[in-house]
Amino acid sequence: MAGTLLLILLLAPALAALGCLFARTPRSAEISNLLASIVVLAMAIGLTIASAYGPYHYLDDYIVIDMTGAWVILCTAIVYFLASIHSVGYMRLVGEDARLWVFYTLFSGFTLTILVSAVMNNAGLYWIAIELTTLVSTFLVGFERGAESIEAAWKYIIIISAGISLALLGTILFYWCGSFVLGPTYQMTWEILRAAAPRMNPALAALSYLLILVGYGTKVGLAPMHTWLPDAHSESPAPISAMLSGALLNSAMLGIVRYLPIAEAAQNERLARASLIAFGIASLIIGALFIVRQNGIKRLMAYSSVEHMGVVAIGFGFGGTLGVAGALYHMLNHSINKSLMFFGAGNVMRSYGSKEIGKIRGVWTRFPVAGALWLAGAVGITGAPPFALFLSELVILRAGFERGYAWAVYAMAVLLIVIFVGFLNHFRNMYFEAGGASDAAPLAMSHWCVAPMWLALTPLVVFGLWWPDALWHHFLAAAQALGATP
Amino acid sequence: MPVAQFNPLAASLFSFLAITSLLLAFVMLGSRWLNNYLYAFAAESWIIAALSAMVGFYGGFPELYLIAVLTALFRGLLLPYLIWRIIQRLGVAREIHEFLEPSSTLVAGAASVIFALIVSYHIGQSLGVTGNVVVLALTVMLAMKLIGFLMLTARHEALSQILGLLVLENGIFLGAQLLVPGMPTLIEIVILFDLLVVVACFGVLVRYLVAHVGSTSSLDLNRLVG
Repeated sequence: MAGTLLLILLLAPALAALGCLFARTPRSAEISNLLASIVVLAMAIGLTIASAYGPYHYLDDYIVIDMTGAWVILCTAIVYFLASIHSVGYMRLVGEDARLWVFYTLFSGFTLTILVSAVMNNAGLYWIAIELTTLVSTFLVGFERGAESIEAAWKYIIIISAGISLALLGTILFYWCGSFVLGPTYQMTWEILRAAAPRMNPALAALSYLLILVGYGTKVGLAPMHTWLPDAHSESPAPISAMLSGALLNSAMLGIVRYLPIAEAAQNERLARASLIAFGIASLIIGALFIVRQNGIKRLMAYSSVEHMGVVAIGFGFGGTLGVAGALYHMLNHSINKSLMFFGAGNVMRSYGSKEIGKIRGVWTRFPVAGALWLAGAVGITGAPPFALFLSELVILRAGFERGYAWAVYAMAVLLIVIFVGFLNHFRNMYFEAGGASDAAPLAMSHWCVAPMWLALTPLVVFGLWWPDALWHHFLAAAQALGATP
Repeated sequence: MPVAQFNPLAASLFSFLAITSLLLAFVMLGSRWLNNYLYAFAAESWIIAALSAMVGFYGGFPELYLIAVLTALFRGLLLPYLIWRIIQRLGVAREIHEFLEPSSTLVAGAASVIFALIVSYHIGQSLGVTGNVVVLALTVMLAMKLIGFLMLTARHEALSQILGLLVLENGIFLGAQLLVPGMPTLIEIVILFDLLVVVACFGVLVRYLVAHVGSTSSLDLNRLVG
């Protein structure tokens, strides 16, 4: 059952990519990608439910469907679905109809690599899947072919490749750790590593884990390895920014989450958790500093992604059932909310013809509906009630107190307040400040561009007001599968 | 732990090859001509291939012969050829604006080797490994990693950065042959293929850099800040 779901889940974007590659007409590419995204979403929901009865192993243990992996797939599928709708409207504005099939081929291929990485059960193959996500998305980042986008693409691939090579070194050293216990040749699955971990050498395991953390942390966008992130997020087309932020970062975070229990079992619990929390706090600090003094609208969103990945890292770092539950919930909420923010930013940017916050004025009067949705999203992304991110951040803060990391909780709370003020101040300027904008009336937004904003905001409000019981049980089970104790 | 059981001849051969490849990394650091980088990289790849074959022979891992052949083909021939084509297309023969002179870079490289040695020595002690080859392999692995990063930061030409990344990978691959010779063949082969795809992507991107930015020096990539 779960195997069939997974097969369809992976086949849909693969077929869409092939379809775009062969048909090469813009409209058929749009349709095939949109259809694939609907199929992926349906299968991902099925997989998430099925994963509660798992884990399932396939292909000689190379593939696993577990709860955490299925959760990342669900986040990816939701963002993919929303971004596919948005890209229909957005990419028509970009005016690259002749190359649109390239865009959609890469888009569905990119999704495929993210989905594949989430089900890899072998640490080496997981590394390769993450590497592939980089290669495919580089060309999406540089799709608009301006000097800025190519610069962003170059920085993206160089920084990520360098970072991820550290993760490869960590992977190999972990294999070496295991070879003292398991002999020279063994399957490097997560379960086997975790079972062997108590007998690993703690010093070597600590070195390996830190390399892994810095390596995949680069891809997650944890400060101070985040430097590629604002460039790549701000220069890629808006739907791709949403995918990078809402799907790609989670898929790399999954790697850290899977290594964390291994490092813990290898008698490095304090180091493993404290280093993850420290990177999280650093990301919050960088996010706060750059959000307050930001000029670019999409860079603002990008630094907010650095911030939220920091929050997720802190949540997993706190650990315990509360910490893991909060972090998983935060992943989902951030994926949906950040998609909404990037869609809004892309729409506004295209309408005003500028990426600068200073040139965007009077959004409220010019776009009453889309503007209201975007503003609601902005309030949500800063973690204010009644939106879902408020709940997940609260759970993470509670987890911190429960696990004895009060210092981190206070630091996090102060930084979140700074970000709240700084972020919303930009929105106050854009909505209510007069002047600055050119007199030419901004372009209208198509329904394709506004509809996904509705679709994103609805679950945020619903989940903010009501946390379903089934979801809570799902998180508890996922946390236990990761070895967390209450 | 297979490495500890190698006979003295094998151990000294391994040490010789590992140290030679480290020296070749220093050749890259000490030169400012892109062609020299390329030759040093190709030679380093061949040495790694030889090392794979020898570990396979002395350690009893026949699958490493396959890895050796593929390494020689991919890293030793195909990658240098791809990079050579990029160099031809660019028409850039050398680094022009260095952040650090080659001589100072060499000193920094030497410092990083010492650092790598200290780390490896401590790890070796905590493992209780007496075999020098293990400590040496770990040292070379970490040192080449650091030298690769040094090349990435101190050099600005796009091609130097690509080669810097490849040095990083070479270091890992070399260490892996000695430390974990039993690693599943599938993984190693996929990593080799992956490297080809990476370089192909870099080739395309370099062409875009020339066409849309008008320069392949990272000093000119200064539009996105803040």
